[in-house]
Amino acid sequence: MSKIHVKTRINGEAAEFLCEPDETLLEALRDRLHLTGTKEGCGSGDCGACSVTVNGRLVASCLMLAAEAEGAEIGTIEGLAKGAELDVLQRKFVEHAALQCGICTPGFLVASKALLEKNPDPTEEEVRYWLAGNLCRCTGYDKIIRAVLDAAAEMRGA
Amino acid sequence: MQYLAPTSVDSAIAALTDAAGQARILAGGTDLLVQMKSDMIAPEVLVDIKRIPGLREIAREAGGWRIGAAVSGAEFTEHADLCADWPGLAEAFDLIGSTQVQGRCTLAGNLCNASPAADSVPAMVAADAVARIVGPKGTRDVPVAEIPVAPGKTSLAPGEFVTSIFLPARAPRAADAYLRFIPRTEMDIAVASAGISLTLDDDGRCVAARVALGAVAPTVLLVEEAAAALIGTKLEAAALAALAQACESAATPIDDKRGTVAFRKQVVGVLARRAAEIAKTRAEERA
Repeated sequence: MSKIHVKTRINGEAAEFLCEPDETLLEALRDRLHLTGTKEGCGSGDCGACSVTVNGRLVASCLMLAAEAEGAEIGTIEGLAKGAELDVLQRKFVEHAALQCGICTPGFLVASKALLEKNPDPTEEEVRYWLAGNLCRCTGYDKIIRAVLDAAAEMRGA
Repeated sequence: MQYLAPTSVDSAIAALTDAAGQARILAGGTDLLVQMKSDMIAPEVLVDIKRIPGLREIAREAGGWRIGAAVSGAEFTEHADLCADWPGLAEAFDLIGSTQVQGRCTLAGNLCNASPAADSVPAMVAADAVARIVGPKGTRDVPVAEIPVAPGKTSLAPGEFVTSIFLPARAPRAADAYLRFIPRTEMDIAVASAGISLTLDDDGRCVAARVALGAVAPTVLLVEEAAAALIGTKLEAAALAALAQACESAATPIDDKRGTVAFRKQVVGVLARRAAEIAKTRAEERA
């Protein structure tokens, strides 16, 4: 079976790769493009560790084929920091100690970024519902929610 | 396995009919890829329909709405005019999965996955939604209620697929609502559910109603006795009690780890009663 040639843009830069027909976007990002910030948790769309944006829309990259990304604009965790400067969300996660083992963190950050772009002033309830598909087994969520709300407040003030 | 992304309905039908082995439609993929990964299915061909013109569009048609088969939950619930006409279907669709799943999941996929607990299906049946099906023998329009025939099975013939869902025009004082019971607040599968759509006259009397139940039978149930309990009333306590009783009687659920037969029957009546009250309030507020 011949491989599929996919042309896409990732974090604003042109990227192309060859993939198998049944390869997921998650596998292509990690194994072909070596963008290993996106994590595999469950592999079945339940945990949110593999969250990325596709044309601005939050999706689980384990539930999307790499071939479907043809022509799409992909956003991953690698696109958050600007060089050595952390994104506000990343800085707030550090300040609030909103991570422990770190496997879920890229997914939480990408999902939170997508929320704040859509809704710059979410309530705590809105943050909790938006992030219901991101599972963390270490922190107990409170610190994560506080970090997101604090980041939102700082971004609105800036 | 082969991945195909045709750019016309005809080439998609050809891809389905020419496939040597099992062929499956890929729209949102939120059920399909899970089933492939768990080895429940091993299709030879995947036909991605998202590059077919119109299949990702929401369009006005005959006073109602045509929802392309690849329109995601997020796209639907961000459409204010559509949600104003069909708030119950919007809340049902929005209950499917996480934010990440909402970025991809579709009404047509939820329908054709044919789970008895599918959240959008009772709401679509209550809305009297019609699926447009294309295939080697042409195009046909079929009420959504006739698509699922058993858990995981649909009435679609080989080579056929759904291209859109049509929601009919709304009367001025009409609204819908959907409620489900789950043991937590988010990210779960319905133990029982009820979708209700109703139309009121100028005096607030119910002149039309459709009541659909989920997760209490092998397929979604359209309960005409339950609708009859509402029609001609102002949804007084007696009418709501008769509605709940009709739903309890119509339900034929199973016992499983998520709920017993007795629990599901009772709860589905309660959900129907509450959904009817919400739909009534919404219909009054629209006027």
